[in-house]
Amino acid sequence: MSEWMSMQAMNARERILGKLRSSLQGTSPIVDDYDVDVLTAPWRYAPEARIARLRQMLESVHGETLLTTTAEWPLRAIEALALRNIGELLIAPTTAHGRQFANHVALNAVPLRLKAYDRAVEAWKEELFFRTPASLTGTLGGIAATGSLVLWPTPAEPRLMSLVPPFHIALLKASEVRDNFHELMHEQGWAGAMPTNALLVSGPSKTADIQQTLAYGAHGPKELLVLILQDA
Amino acid sequence: MSTLADVPGVPIAFKRNAREALDDRQLRRNFRGAMDFLMDKRRSQFPDGDELERLRAFGNRVRARALSKLPELLERLDANLTRNGVKVHWAETVEEANAIVHRIVEQHAAKKIIKGKSMVSEEMEMNHYLGERGIDCLESDMGEFIVQLREEKPAHIIMPAIHLNAGQVAKLFHDKLEVDYTEDVDRLIQIGRETLRRNFFEADIGVSGVNFAIAETGTLLLVENEGNGRLSTTVPPVHIAVTGIEKVVENLRDVIPLLSLLTRSATGQAITTYVNMISGPRKADELDGPREVHLVLLDNGRTQAFADGELRQTLNCIRCGACMNHCPVYTRIGGHAYGTVYPGPIGKIITPHMLGLDVTRDLPTASSMCGACSEVCPVKIPIPALLRRLREEAVRAPEAEPHHVRGQGTKYSKKETMVWKAWRSLNTSPVLYRAAMYAGTRLRGLMPSTIGPWTAHRSAPRLAARTLHELAREHLGDQ
Repeated sequence: MSEWMSMQAMNARERILGKLRSSLQGTSPIVDDYDVDVLTAPWRYAPEARIARLRQMLESVHGETLLTTTAEWPLRAIEALALRNIGELLIAPTTAHGRQFANHVALNAVPLRLKAYDRAVEAWKEELFFRTPASLTGTLGGIAATGSLVLWPTPAEPRLMSLVPPFHIALLKASEVRDNFHELMHEQGWAGAMPTNALLVSGPSKTADIQQTLAYGAHGPKELLVLILQDA
Repeated sequence: MSTLADVPGVPIAFKRNAREALDDRQLRRNFRGAMDFLMDKRRSQFPDGDELERLRAFGNRVRARALSKLPELLERLDANLTRNGVKVHWAETVEEANAIVHRIVEQHAAKKIIKGKSMVSEEMEMNHYLGERGIDCLESDMGEFIVQLREEKPAHIIMPAIHLNAGQVAKLFHDKLEVDYTEDVDRLIQIGRETLRRNFFEADIGVSGVNFAIAETGTLLLVENEGNGRLSTTVPPVHIAVTGIEKVVENLRDVIPLLSLLTRSATGQAITTYVNMISGPRKADELDGPREVHLVLLDNGRTQAFADGELRQTLNCIRCGACMNHCPVYTRIGGHAYGTVYPGPIGKIITPHMLGLDVTRDLPTASSMCGACSEVCPVKIPIPALLRRLREEAVRAPEAEPHHVRGQGTKYSKKETMVWKAWRSLNTSPVLYRAAMYAGTRLRGLMPSTIGPWTAHRSAPRLAARTLHELAREHLGDQ
C-alpha cells in the first residue's frame, strides 16, 4: 500500500515537472535584477528617529513600548506585571537575560513565581495553556519600518514562549534595531542560517474577522510589552 | 446542464446565484461596507504612488522570474526541505492530495485535526473528505471558524466571514455555542478564543497553507494576525502544509518585496502581526514544534495555466484579495455567487484551469472590464486581458488546435460563428455594405422588438430611416 503510494507520488512529481519543463522549452530564465534600493530607500531613518519609528509602528497596533536600560529593565518588567496583578512569569533561566531577571527577583525578594520552559511541551501543555499568564523573552533585533521584533526560538527559549501566555514581555536592544527587513536579513546572514523557526512579531495577536472590527488577543498574546534597552 | 444549473452555489449556476445575491439587501450592505473599508485601508498604505509602482514592478519580476525557472526551483525546494527533515509530497489532483493527507492521518491514527487558514485545503475540500472518513477537522482562523459553524464556504480569500455582520455572528455563537447573545466584537472573539484553545493541544495534526515557499533555504513562510497559524503549526505533533506548485520563490530575499506587497494590498497593514518561517521539524534538543512536517505540493490545473505564456501570468498571484476588494461585480454579488473557492477577478481567471471552462463558462464574462483589478494587483496580473483570452477560448471550436484550456469551446456556436463571418464580409466589402445598409434602413419596420437577452433590460436598437452616408452626401451636395 505505502509502496504503491510512494510510486504514485514519484509519478506525480515526474509528471508535474515534465509538464512544466516542456512548457518552458525554448524560453530562458529571467535574470535576477534584484533592486535593493526599492526596498531600502523609502525605509531609512536617521539614528535618532529609528527607535521612534519602531515605537510608533508598534504602538499603532496596540503594542506597548518602554525605553529603559540594561540595569533597570527587570524593575520595569516587575512593575508591568504588578500593574496587571500577575504573580507568575515564564522565563528562560539559561539565557543571559533570564539569569539577570532571576537574580534580580531573588536578591530583592520580589513576590513573583518564576517558571522555566525546561521540558517538552507535551509534558505541561495544560499548565502552559491555562496557568501561565505571562512570559519574558529576548529578541534578535527589530525592524523600524514595520515595528517588528525578530525572534529565533531556541531550545532555551522555545517557540510557544512568545505565543501562548496572554502577556508577552520582549527585550529589545536599541543597537539591534535596523531600518528595514532587507538590511536586517542581509546583515544577520539569514539565507545561510535559517533556524527551524524564525519569526517576525509586530504587536499582540489580533483579528478583524468580525465585521472588520479590530479586536486584540485572538489566539496569541493579548498584550505585548517591548522593553527597549537604550544602552545595549 | 439544466439540472446542474438548478443547484444553487455551483459556478455553472452563476447567473442565478448572482440574481439571488443582488436581491439580498443585507448581503449587499455587508459587502459594500467591507469593500469600502478594505479599499481605504489599502490606499492608506500606499501614500507614495512612485514607491507603489516600483514595488509592483519588482513584485512582478520576482514572480515572473520564479515561474521562468519553476521546475528547477521546485526541485531545489524539494531537496532543501528534505535536507531540513521535511517530507515533500506531490499531487496532480485534489484526490491525490487528499489521499496523501489521509495516509499521513492513518499512519498516526489521528482523529482530530486543527487547521490554520488554507485556501488550497478549500480547493481540496479536505474537511469534507476527511470528515467522511471519521476525522474531525476544526478551522481555527476566526473567520474560517465562523464559516464552518454556519456550514458555509469562505466568501473572501482573506476575510472568510466578510459577508456577515456582528449581529449575525452573535446569533450564530448564541445558537451553536450556547453562549449569551452579545454583539460586542471583543467578547465574541474571546468566545472564539476560549472555544478553540483546548483544541490546539488536543489535535493530533495541524494543517496550514503556505504564503511563500523558499527554494534557496527550504523554508515555508506563513503570514497571519491571530496566532492560530503559529499554534496550528507548532503545537500538534505533526504539521501538514498544503500549497500550490506556483507558490515557490527563488531566494529568501525575494520574500521581502512580496511580503510588503501582500500585507499592504490585502488588509492595508504594514506587516501582519506574525510572519512565521518554518524550515524544519523540532530538532532533538528543542522543546516544542512538530516532530514531523509534511508539505503537499498540488497541481490541480496549474500546469495547464503554466503551459501558455499569457495564461501563465495567472500564477503570479500571491492571494492578497485586492482584486476582489476593488471589483464592482464582486462588491455587488459577494463571494458565494461565484460558486468557486476563489471568487472575484482572480477566481475568474484561475478556476477555469481547475474545473474546466465548461463548468465555469459564465465567469470570464462576469466582468465589466473596468480594469480596477489589474490596476491594484500587486504583481501586475493583466486580469482583463486574461478574461478576454478565456472568453476567446470559450468560443473557439472545441476541436481547434492547439488546445489551451480544458472545456475549450464550451460557448462555441456554429450560428454565432457564421453571423460574425457574415458581419466581417459585410464590413469589408463596400458593395455589400451599401446594399445591406440600403435594405436595412428601408426595411427597418421589420426589425424585431426583442433580441434575446439584450432586450431583457433594454429597448431594441432601431436603424435610422437613412444612412449617415446618404445624409452626408445630401448635406455636402456636390462639394
